[in-house]
Amino acid sequence: MTDQSPVTRAGNATGVPQVGAVAVENFSFWYGAKQALFDISLNLVPREVTALIGPSGCGKSTFLRSINRMHDLLPGTRSTGRILLDGEDVLDRRLDVVQLRQRIGMVFQRSNPFPKSIYDNVAWGPRLNRRPSRSELDEIVEQALRRAALWDEVKDRLRTSALGLSGGQQQRLCIARALANEPEVLLLDEPASALDPIATQRIEELLWELKKELTIVIVTHNLQQAGRVSDRTAFFYLGQLIEYGPTDQLFTAPREERTEAYITGRFG
Amino acid sequence: MASTQLHGASVGDRIYRFTTTAFALSIPLLLVLLAIEVVVAAWPALKAFHLGFLTSSEWDAVNGVFGAAPAIYGTLVSSLLALLIATPLAIGVAIFLSEFAPPWLRQPVAFLVDLLAAIPSVVYGLWGIFVLVPFLREHVMPFLADRLHLGDTPLFSGPAYGPSMLAAGLILAIMVLPYISSVTREVLMAVPRSQREAALALGATRWEMIWGAVLPYASSGVMGGVILGLGRALGETMAVTMVIGNRHEISSSLFAPGYTMASVIANEFSEATNDMHLSALMAVGAVLLAITLVVNIIARWLVWRVERRGQA
Repeated sequence: MTDQSPVTRAGNATGVPQVGAVAVENFSFWYGAKQALFDISLNLVPREVTALIGPSGCGKSTFLRSINRMHDLLPGTRSTGRILLDGEDVLDRRLDVVQLRQRIGMVFQRSNPFPKSIYDNVAWGPRLNRRPSRSELDEIVEQALRRAALWDEVKDRLRTSALGLSGGQQQRLCIARALANEPEVLLLDEPASALDPIATQRIEELLWELKKELTIVIVTHNLQQAGRVSDRTAFFYLGQLIEYGPTDQLFTAPREERTEAYITGRFG
Repeated sequence: MASTQLHGASVGDRIYRFTTTAFALSIPLLLVLLAIEVVVAAWPALKAFHLGFLTSSEWDAVNGVFGAAPAIYGTLVSSLLALLIATPLAIGVAIFLSEFAPPWLRQPVAFLVDLLAAIPSVVYGLWGIFVLVPFLREHVMPFLADRLHLGDTPLFSGPAYGPSMLAAGLILAIMVLPYISSVTREVLMAVPRSQREAALALGATRWEMIWGAVLPYASSGVMGGVILGLGRALGETMAVTMVIGNRHEISSSLFAPGYTMASVIANEFSEATNDMHLSALMAVGAVLLAITLVVNIIARWLVWRVERRGQA
């Protein structure tokens, strides 16, 4: 479907190729005086889907949003530790957060298309960042929509409002919008929690395709979903990373008692 | 016992419904009656001058010749000028207050801006006569005409008397600014967080987020604020009457005095001794009413179009 391969892209300043490898080292995070994350360390592997699971308020969304620094606008937040994207610390205040967010795409719980046309939604990021020519932009939009498995459904109505799409289509449009920036990492915050089973299935199949080119991190409340889509799973509880490992292993033979209690439904 | 209670309740309901319906209907009825009154009173003048009433610039009470073109022109141009000046300012104020201002500054500044709407218009007029008009005459007009060499262009030609279309437009701009800005501030703050996050997550700077996501989302609301301001500007009487110069003449220059429909009525109603003069004033009122209506209809249509584009 596409011939782009992030692996072939040029390396960054540190000489490390940009493949979307995320290494988290001793990361802690505070909302004001309240500590939300405690000393998290884990490696997100390129071309794999990592699922973040855990009960509400366990810090999994906070962790996800730290990776692309979405907390920046909230006053009173602070963090310690490092989150390295291909060797560069994303928490470094000198790092250009705008560039960072182009390299790390994000999809939210509720689909949030702009009240613009389908085309303009997908073109929003590239117009901002790369100022492409008209034909280049057409190409980028088509590619992104194809990668999000939405092209065939919308190719005849690109100029109509994105708000006329169904919920599942809107969420795939948001994925396409993120893909148009050609990110290395894609963060998804419970992307299917507001969708019906069929739309959910389409998103899950899509992740399966996309992980051939991207590092994917997905927060989910749905353990079956985590089991279906992810290669690795991280279990968060009360702001701590309790267990992180291959999904099959974590679900069939968890090392930690709390993990087992959670996945067997004894709390959560 | 139970049945009488039920019966009583239904009678109460019926009285209640009747009363509220009557109240609700009385407002549109009043509007219709008022419009009919005005048109009936205006009829002799409209019949005597036909379309000439709208197109002629001759307003001669002594000889009984009335053409309202300068007043219509003045009303439209001064209001338009006011919107041109006030809209960018008001949107800027609203963006600053909703997006950039530190919390401790937000409330006081918002309050002060809203307070502009509470100042009586005669006070604006007074300030206009004694501060704004002299300032325009001595500084702004010479600067525009001589320093910037705009004196040869039609917009800024002619002598700088002071009382002028420019003064009216400026004073109206100050008066409509709080309306546009407070509506804009409200709608900007109503833009969902998800829209802002969507923009930021795509690598937008704060400014790009506001310009590319927040403002477009709020555009129909902003338009509503501008329309509210336009309605206010079209009907404003006292302050404009005091600074516009009150001359029945159409001039392309913003430095020249002009007239507005509201000012004509305010200035002449007490001196209108013959029937035709009175009828002519009523006709001016009818035209003002009609223009306000048409402007509002166009405005509604614009808002509706923006909203439909957002939804379709």
